[in-house]
Amino acid sequence: MKTKKIEKPDITKTVIQELTKNDQGRKQKRGFWKTVEIPLLAILTGLIIGAILIASTSETVYAAFATSFWNGLWTALKEIGTAYWALFTGSIGDPATIATAFKSQNPATIRAAINPFLESLVQSTPYIFAGLACALGFRAGLFNIGVEGQLFMGAAAATYVGYSITGLPGYIHMPLAFLAGALGGALWASVPGILKVTTGGNEVINCIMMNYIAYRVTTWLLTGPMTRPGTGGMPISPLIQKSAEIPQFFQPPIRFHLGFFIALGFAVLVWWLLFKTTWGFNLRTVGNNPRAAKYAGMSIAKTTILGMAASGALAGMAGANEILALNRSMAIGLSSGYGFDSIALALLGNSHPLGVVLAALLFGVLKNGATRMMVVSTIPIDIVTVIQAMIIIFVAAPAIIRSIYRLRKPSTEPLPAVTLTSMGGGK
Amino acid sequence: MATSTTTIQRVKIGEISAARKISTGIIEIFVGIFIYLVFASKLAADAMTKFVMTPGGVSVGKMADWIIPSRLTLIILTVICIVIGIYQLIKGFGKATNGLMGLVFLCFIFSFLTWQASGKSLNLAGMLSSSVLLSVPIVLGAFSGILCERAGVVNIAIEGMMLMAAMMGAFMGSVLQSAWLGLLCGVASAILLATLHAVLSIKYKIDQIISGTVINIFSTGMTSFISQKFLQVHQQLNNPVMFSRITIPVLSEIPLLGPILFNTNFYVYLMIILLIIIQVALFSTRWGLRMRSVGEHPKAADTLGINVIKTRYMAVLLGGIVAGLGGTFFTLGSVGRFDEVMTAGKGFIGLAAMIFGNYTPVGALGAGLLFGFADSLGSKLSLLGSAIPSSLMSTAPYLITMIVLAGFVGKGHVPAADGKPYEKEG
Repeated sequence: MKTKKIEKPDITKTVIQELTKNDQGRKQKRGFWKTVEIPLLAILTGLIIGAILIASTSETVYAAFATSFWNGLWTALKEIGTAYWALFTGSIGDPATIATAFKSQNPATIRAAINPFLESLVQSTPYIFAGLACALGFRAGLFNIGVEGQLFMGAAAATYVGYSITGLPGYIHMPLAFLAGALGGALWASVPGILKVTTGGNEVINCIMMNYIAYRVTTWLLTGPMTRPGTGGMPISPLIQKSAEIPQFFQPPIRFHLGFFIALGFAVLVWWLLFKTTWGFNLRTVGNNPRAAKYAGMSIAKTTILGMAASGALAGMAGANEILALNRSMAIGLSSGYGFDSIALALLGNSHPLGVVLAALLFGVLKNGATRMMVVSTIPIDIVTVIQAMIIIFVAAPAIIRSIYRLRKPSTEPLPAVTLTSMGGGK
Repeated sequence: MATSTTTIQRVKIGEISAARKISTGIIEIFVGIFIYLVFASKLAADAMTKFVMTPGGVSVGKMADWIIPSRLTLIILTVICIVIGIYQLIKGFGKATNGLMGLVFLCFIFSFLTWQASGKSLNLAGMLSSSVLLSVPIVLGAFSGILCERAGVVNIAIEGMMLMAAMMGAFMGSVLQSAWLGLLCGVASAILLATLHAVLSIKYKIDQIISGTVINIFSTGMTSFISQKFLQVHQQLNNPVMFSRITIPVLSEIPLLGPILFNTNFYVYLMIILLIIIQVALFSTRWGLRMRSVGEHPKAADTLGINVIKTRYMAVLLGGIVAGLGGTFFTLGSVGRFDEVMTAGKGFIGLAAMIFGNYTPVGALGAGLLFGFADSLGSKLSLLGSAIPSSLMSTAPYLITMIVLAGFVGKGHVPAADGKPYEKEG
C-alpha cells in the first residue's frame, strides 16, 4: 500500500482518487446508535473490569467468601455498589441532597448541592484542552504523546507572565498570560515537529524525551529563576497577579470558572479549523494520506510543524488554565497524567472535537468521583487509570467489544481516525 | 491493505555521505575548541585533578589513585580532538567515522570531568561502576526492543512491562521470601503484558504505538493501585529478598576492571550472558535469520514457508521476558522496594539505545552504557557542587537520545517491515 507505484502519469486523476478514497467510509450515514455503540460499550466494559478489580482486591470480600459463597458474592456486590455510588455522588451529586436543596429554593444551598457536578466540569476542563491537543495531532497523522511536557511548559510560561507583569487590567493580562501558555506549549511541541520534518526522527520517542526534559527544566525553573522569594529554594513559583486570574464564578469552595467555557470555545474553534477551513483540509489530508497530499501540492513539512505547534498550543492552554484558574502559582507535580489521558480522550472521541468534549466530561466525572470513592471506600484513585486503559483498548480494537457482545460486523467499517506512520515507517 | 510491491531500500552499512563527512569533521574541531576555551583556558596552571580508581567499599582489586595536572591534560585532549577533526575533514575515516566520533565524545566527557574535579577528587571507578549498574535496565530494555523490532513489531510498552515486573518482583519476592521466585513472578507478569501487546497488535492489528501506550497506561495505573492498596499499607509486602553481590575469584582482583565487572550485581552478569545469547541467536542461527526475515520482508518469508504470525508472537513474548528481567532489576537488584513509577522512562531510553545501537545487541550495550554513564555523571556532579544545576544535568540522557534520533550520529538500519501489521493475502 505504501509503495504502490504510479504507472500512468495522470497525476490529477490519481490525486482525486486518493483524496476521495478515504472519505467514502465517513460519508456513509450511519445511525446515531451505530456511532456511539462501541464507545459506550467500551466504557461499560471498562467499568465492569474496574468493578472486578475493586471486588478482587478487597479484603472484606475474601473474608466473606470464607464464610459462604453467597455471602461473599453479596459482599462483593455491596462493595462495588458502595464504591460506584460514591463515584456517582462524588461527581454528580447526591440526588436526595439536590432534591431538598431545590425545595428550599435557596440559591446558595442549591449551588452547594450541585457543587460535585460543577467540580466535575472543573476537572474536565484540562481534559478538554489536552484531548483536543491530541485529537488535532491524530488528525494530522501525528502522535503527540508529549502533551504532558507541553502542558508543563505552557504552565510555566503562563505563570511567568502571570506574576512578572504588573499594572495591566484583567481583560488584557489574563488573555496575555493564557496566550503565553499556548505559546510555550506550541514552541515546545514544534521541536519534535521540526525534527520529524528535517531528520525523519520519530515524534513519539522525541515527544517522550521532551516530556522528561520539560519536567526537569520546570524543576530547575521553580527552584532557580522562578522560585518564590523567601521560601529558601522550595520548588514553587510566586503567586500570579490578581489581574491574570481566570475568574471563578462563585465563592469558594465552588471552583467553577470561566476556563470551562474557554475550553468549549476552543473545541468549537478546533472543529471549525479542522472541518471548515482549507488549513484543516490540508491537515486532515496530510494525516490521512500523505502521498495524496504531496501530489496535490500541499506542503507536508509545513503542515506537520504547524499541526504539532497547534497541538502543543492546546496542551499549553491546559497548563495555563490550571495555573490561572485554580492553582494561582506553579509547583512541581502540577499535572497528574493529563498527557497520557489525552491519548485516551482523543481515541474515545474518535479525534472529533465534540467526541473529545464528551470524553473529557466523562473523564472529569470519573476523576472527581474517584476522589470521593477513595475517601469512602479506600480504593486508590489509580483505578481510574486502569479503567481508562481498558476503555482505550476496547475503543482501539472494536473487534473485542463485538465478540464480547456478539455484535455483527458493520458492512462498511468506518476508517479509524488514527492513521499513524509507525516508527519504522519513517517520514 | 494488501502490499502489492514492496521495495526494500537499503543503505550500505558503513557508507558515509559527503555531507556527513564534513559535518562530523566540523563538529569534532568545534569540540576541541570548546574544550580549550571553556574548560582549559580558565584553569590555573598548577591545578591538579585527582581521580580515585577504586569504587567505595571494595577490598579486592585496588588501584592507586590517579593524579594529573588539569590544564595540561585538557590541552592534550584539545589537540587530539582537533587533529581527528582535521583528518576527518580532509581525508575522512570511512567506516571508522562513528568510532572516532565516539572517541571525540569520550575526550569531551573526560575533559569535562577533569575540569569539574580540578582541585578536588572524583571517584572515577565508583562512577564507572554505577554507570554499569544504571545501564542494566536500559540495556535489557534495548534487548527486548531488538527482539520485537527485528521481527517487525514496534514495542514501546517495554516501560510498562518493566514497571509491572518491578512491582510483581517486589511483591512476590517479599511474599515468597525468595529473590528467584520474585524474579520469576516479575517475568511472568511482563509476559502477560507482552501477550496483550502481541494479541492487540498482531491479531487485532491496532496501531502498535497505541497498543504500547495503552499497556504503559495500564501498568502505571495497576502498579500504583496495588502499591497504594497493599504495598504501602503493609510494609512487609514491599521488602523483597534481593540478589546479593557475586564475586568471581581471581578475575575480581584485576585492578579497576575487577571491581566493576567481576565483583558486582547478579544482573550485570545476566546482561552479559543475554548479550551473548541474543547476538549469537539473531545473527548466527537459522532461527535468527528467520526472525529477521519476518521483520524485513514478511511476505517473502511467508512464501518461503515461515509462519509470520507465529514468529512475531514468539518475538514479542521473548521481548517480554527480557523486559521483565530488566524490570525486576529495579526492585530485586537495585533499590530493594517498589516505588510508584520507579522506572522513570528507562524503558524508553532503552528504545533509544536500541536505535543508537543500530538494532544490534552489541551496539545496544554500548549505547546503554553511554546512557548509564550520563546518568551517573549527573548524580556525581550534583555531589561535586557543579556550576550546572543537577536538574538540568539530568536532562543529558534524554537530550543525547534526541540527538541520536535526529541522526547526527548516523542513521541506522531499521527493519523494513517494522511497525506494519502483516496481512495474508487471501
